[in-house]
Amino acid sequence: MFWINGFLNSFAFGAILFLLAVGFSLIFGLMRVANLAHGALFMLGGYIATSAVGLGFAGAVLVAGAACAVFGGILERTLIRRLAGRELAQVLGTLGLAFIIADQCLLVWSGDPIAQPAPEALRGAVGFGGIVFPAYRLALVALALVAFVGIWALVERTTLGARIRAAVDDREMARAMGIPVSRLFTTVFCLGAGLAGIGGALAAPIMSVYPGLDSEMLPLALLVVILGGIGSLTGALAGSLVIGLVYTFGQMLLPDLAYVILFLPMVVVLAVRPQGFFGRQAA
Amino acid sequence: MISRRGFLGATAAAVSYGALPAMAQQQPIRVGMLTIKSGALAAGGRQMEDGFRLFLRERGDRVAGRPVEFIVADTGGQPALAKTRAQELVQRSGVQVVVGPVAAFEALAINDYLQEAEIPFLCCSAAAEDLTQRRLNPWFVRTSSTSAQPCHPLGDYVARELKYKKIVAIADDFAFGQEQTSGFQRTFEAAGGTLVKKLWAPLNVADYGSYISQIGEPDAVFAAFAGANGLRFLRQYSEYGLKGKIPLIGSMTTVDEGVLHSMGDEAIGIISAGWYSAALPGEANARFVDALRKQTGVDPGFYSEGAYSAGLALEAALKAVDGKIEDKQAFMNALRKVDIKDDPRGPWRLDAYGNPIENIYIRKTERRDGRLMNTVIKTYENVSQFWTYKPEAFLAAPVYSRSEPTRL
Repeated sequence: MFWINGFLNSFAFGAILFLLAVGFSLIFGLMRVANLAHGALFMLGGYIATSAVGLGFAGAVLVAGAACAVFGGILERTLIRRLAGRELAQVLGTLGLAFIIADQCLLVWSGDPIAQPAPEALRGAVGFGGIVFPAYRLALVALALVAFVGIWALVERTTLGARIRAAVDDREMARAMGIPVSRLFTTVFCLGAGLAGIGGALAAPIMSVYPGLDSEMLPLALLVVILGGIGSLTGALAGSLVIGLVYTFGQMLLPDLAYVILFLPMVVVLAVRPQGFFGRQAA
Repeated sequence: MISRRGFLGATAAAVSYGALPAMAQQQPIRVGMLTIKSGALAAGGRQMEDGFRLFLRERGDRVAGRPVEFIVADTGGQPALAKTRAQELVQRSGVQVVVGPVAAFEALAINDYLQEAEIPFLCCSAAAEDLTQRRLNPWFVRTSSTSAQPCHPLGDYVARELKYKKIVAIADDFAFGQEQTSGFQRTFEAAGGTLVKKLWAPLNVADYGSYISQIGEPDAVFAAFAGANGLRFLRQYSEYGLKGKIPLIGSMTTVDEGVLHSMGDEAIGIISAGWYSAALPGEANARFVDALRKQTGVDPGFYSEGAYSAGLALEAALKAVDGKIEDKQAFMNALRKVDIKDDPRGPWRLDAYGNPIENIYIRKTERRDGRLMNTVIKTYENVSQFWTYKPEAFLAAPVYSRSEPTRL
C-alpha cells in the first residue's frame, strides 16, 4: 500500500519531469545550448493555460503549447542563434531571458498563485484494492507515455527525425550533406519550447502556477538530462523515472535528506558514466 | 576667552536651535517600507504595500499634522538584499522609521543593523518568535503576532471543543512552520491530545503526494503552510480523496484571504485560527475591507491588515509626541505604549516585549455571497504571545523548533 502509492506518485511526478526535460534535452543535444529559460517557458505555459481555460482543458493545453512554440521560435531567430558557440554568453543570455519572462509573468498574472482545475472527467480519486489515487495523475502518466511514443516516432521514423539525428551526431557533416541545419535549429527550438509549454499546462492542475515555479523546475530538468544523457529521448524518460522515484521515496523515507539524495545519482553518474545512461560519447 | 570662530559657531548653533522646532513641523516624516515586488513572495509584498498605502490615503498623506513621505524598497525576498535596502533607506533616503518586511528571514537579517542605527522598526508581518522573545531589540515592535500566538488557542480549542485526540501535523519545513506546529502541539497536548506524527515538507517541494500518503488515519490533520503552498496542499489533499474523510485544521496563513480567493471547494470546512478575518463584524473592518476590495477585487488578509495596523500604531505614537519623530527615544516610548481601539482586527496593545496582545479568532472557512471567507466562530480575547504561561518560564524554555516543545 505504502509502496504502491509511492510508485504511483513517482510515475506521476516522473511524467511531469519527462514533459519538462525532453524539450530541454532535444535542444541541448542538437544545438549545444543549455537553455536556462526552459523552466520559465514551462511556467509561461502554465500561466497561459490558466488564462485560456475557457477553451476547455485540452484547448488550453494546446494554446499554451502553441504560444510557447511560437515564442521559442522567435527567441531562437532573434537571440539564441547569435550566441552560437559561446557557452558563457548562452548561459547568461538564457538565464537573463528566464528572469525577464518571470518578471513579465509577475506583471501580467500578478504574484498570486493560480489554481488550474483538472478537467471535469478526471477530478477526484480512483480506488482499487484499498489504494486511492488521483485520476488526473494516472492520466498524466498515460499522456507522458503517448508523448514519448509520439516524439520517438518523429525522431526515428520521419525525415525530419533523421535530419535531427544526423545533426545531433555530427553537425558539420550534416551541413555538408545539405541538411538545412539552420532551419532545423528553429524547428527543434520551437518543438522544445512547445513541449515545455504543454508540460507547464499539464502540470498546472497538480502544482498550480505561481512565481518561482520556474526556478524550482529548472534544476530538476538539468538533473534528468544529466542522468539520462544529452539529446537522448530514452534517456529523458529513464532520467525522469529515476528522479521521480528518488524524489518521492527520498521524501517518504529520509525527509531530512530529500534534497541531498536527489543529487546523489547525478554525482555517481557524472563520476562513472559522464555521458549519462543513454548518452553517446561526444564525437 | 573664546576665539572668533568658536563664537560664530555658538551663535549659529543658538540661532538654528531656536528655529529648529518650527522648521521640523514643516519637514515631512519619512517612512520607509521594505517589501517584495519580485520573486515568489511578491503577492504578500504587494498586499502589504496596499495596506499601508490605504492608511496613508485615508489620512491624506498627513499624520499628526505633518506630511508623510513614503519610500518603498524592493528586497526581492533575499536577506542580503534586504540588508542593503535597509541601509539605503536609512543612509540615503534618511527614513525615520522602517515598516515591513514580509519574511522572517529578512527581518532577522536587518534587525541588528536597525538596532545599531537606532531606527524604529515597525514589523508588520515577519512572525519569528525570538524577535519579541529572546533576541530583543529596543527599537523593534511588531503589529502582526508571533508564529505560535494564534496556534496556542487553536490547540486548546481543537482538544477541548472539537474533542480530537490524535492529530498528524504537516508544515513547511522552515522556522515559521516549525514554530506554528510546536505552539499548536504544546497546548493541544497540554489539553489531553497527542500529536502522533509531524511531517515536514521542504518549502519548495513540488508535490505533496508522498506526504499525503503518509498521513494514516488520525482524527484530524493540522496544516501550517505559507504563501502558495497552502493552495497546493489543499488541492492535493482533496485530489487524494482525504477531504471529507479526515478534517483539516489550519494555521492562519494556510487559508489566509490573500490566497483564499484562488481556492475552491477544497478549502470549505477548515478550522483555523488567526488575529484577523476579513469576515469580522464591526464598522472599522467593513470600511477597510470595502476600500481594499474596490482596489484589488479581493478580500484583504494577513499582510494588508498587518501593514494597516502599522499605520495606526505610527499615527497613535506620533500624536502622542506631537509629531516630533526627531526625538527618537520619546517616539519609541510612545510607540511601545500604543493602545489601538479602532483597528479592523479589533483592539490591541503591545506587551512589554513589543508584541501585540490581541484577539485570536477561531475561524471556519465557508462559502458566502459566492466567495470563500473565514467566518469567526469563537473569539479568545487579549491573547499574548505567551498564552497562559508565565513569560519567565516560557522564555526559559528553548525557542520552538522541529523538536518537541518543552512542557510548561
